[in-house]
Amino acid sequence: MDALKKELKESIIEQLNLEDFSVDDIADDDALFGDGLGLDSIDALELIVMLDKDYGIKLTDPNEGKAVFVSVEVLAKYITDNRTK
Amino acid sequence: MKPCYINSAVSISAQDTLNDSNFLENTISFEGKLAEAIHPNYKKFLSPIASRRMATAVKMGVAAAKKALELAKLEMPDAIITGTGIGCIEDSEKFLNAILDNDEEFLTPTSFIQSTHNTVGAQIALTLKCKGYNVTYVQGAASFESAVIDAQLMLHENEANTILVGGTDELGKFLINDIIFAEEAEEHPIQTPFGEGAHFFSLSSYKQTNSFCALKGLKIFNKARTDTIETKIKAFLKENYLVPEDIDAVILGKNGDAFDVLYQTLQDSIFRDTPQLHYKHLCGEFFTASAFGFWIATNIIKQQQIPDVLTLNSIAKSSYKNVLLYNQLKGQQHSFTLVTSC
Repeated sequence: MDALKKELKESIIEQLNLEDFSVDDIADDDALFGDGLGLDSIDALELIVMLDKDYGIKLTDPNEGKAVFVSVEVLAKYITDNRTK
Repeated sequence: MKPCYINSAVSISAQDTLNDSNFLENTISFEGKLAEAIHPNYKKFLSPIASRRMATAVKMGVAAAKKALELAKLEMPDAIITGTGIGCIEDSEKFLNAILDNDEEFLTPTSFIQSTHNTVGAQIALTLKCKGYNVTYVQGAASFESAVIDAQLMLHENEANTILVGGTDELGKFLINDIIFAEEAEEHPIQTPFGEGAHFFSLSSYKQTNSFCALKGLKIFNKARTDTIETKIKAFLKENYLVPEDIDAVILGKNGDAFDVLYQTLQDSIFRDTPQLHYKHLCGEFFTASAFGFWIATNIIKQQQIPDVLTLNSIAKSSYKNVLLYNQLKGQQHSFTLVTSC
C-alpha cells in the first residue's frame, strides 16, 4: 500500500504539473480538492483518465468520484480494492 | 492613418532582452540549430496555480504582456491583439502524441484546451480580467504584423485608445525536428537557428509622457520579386511622405536562405548609403521573429544607438528618426514596418 501511495503522489505531481510539490509535501490524508492541494474540475478529469489508464478502473458515477478523490489514502484503498490491472 | 504611439516594448527571446537596461549587450551566438528563449522567473509574473498548466508560449506571452503594461503604466488595455504563426505547438504535440500512444483512448483535456492558437491572448485576458476586444491572428510570417495592423485600424477609428499587441511562438519538441530536416534538404537552407519568443507592445492613440516612438506605417503583401521590391518599398515610403534617403536605419529579416537576395537587392540599391541591420542571428527564425525586429526598431529610436552586433555595414547616423523594418519568409508574407520618433 505504501508503494502505491508513493506511486500515486508521483503521478499526481506529474500529470497535474504540480511543479512546486514533491512526494514528501503531500501527506496521505491531505485533501486533494478544496483547501488541500487545491485541485479543480479539470484535474478531476485528469485523475479519472489516470485511474482508467493505469489501473483499469472506470469511474462513471460523479458521486463515486467525490468519495474516491478525498485523499491519497482513500484513493489508494479504492485502487487496491477495484484495480483490474 | 493616425500615428500609433508606442509606450512600452518588451521582449523575451533567446537573448537577455527582458532586462530593460540591456539593449543587446553581451549577446549569445548559437552553434546549433535551435535558439531557445531565456526564460525569466515566471513566479514574478504568475502564481504557481495559474502557471502550472501553461506551456512555454503561454508563460512567455503572459509575462511579456504584463511587463509591457507595467512599463506603460497601464492597468487595463481596451484590446488585446496577438499574432502567432504556430500557436501552442507544445500542447498540440502532446495531445496528438497522446492520441497515437494510447490508440485514441485515455485523452485528457488540459493539453487539448491549451493547444489552440488563441490560448496566449485568452490567458492574458483571464489574468488581467480584461473583457475587451481579443483577437489572435495566424498569418505565417505576417502574423505579428496582422495583429499590429488591426491595432492601428482600431486606434485610427477611435474604437480603442490603448491596445496591447504582441507576437508569440514556441519551438516545441517534435515538429521542429521535421522542419529542420526539411530545411536541410533545401539547396540554400536557412542559416540562422530556429527560435522562439514573446514580444508585447503597448500602443495608444494619444501621446503619453512615456511614449517614446510611433508606428507610422505598416504594409503586408504576399509576393515580391527582386525586380519589384524596390518599387514596392518606394511606393510604401511615398504613402508615408518619405523617400529612401529619409530612412535612418533599415532592419532586414535576413536568415541566410536563397530569398535573402530580396534584401540584398535593397542593400545594393536604394539603401546602399543607409545603416543596414539584421537580427535573426540573435533571435532565430520563427513566424513572429519580426516582432523581435520591431522591438529593435523601437529601441534604436529610444536609445539613439545601434548595437554593433546588428550592423551589416559601417554607416552610422548622428540621430535615428525613421527606422524601416522589412521582413519576408521564403519570398512570401512580406511586411514593411515604419517606426518613427515622436
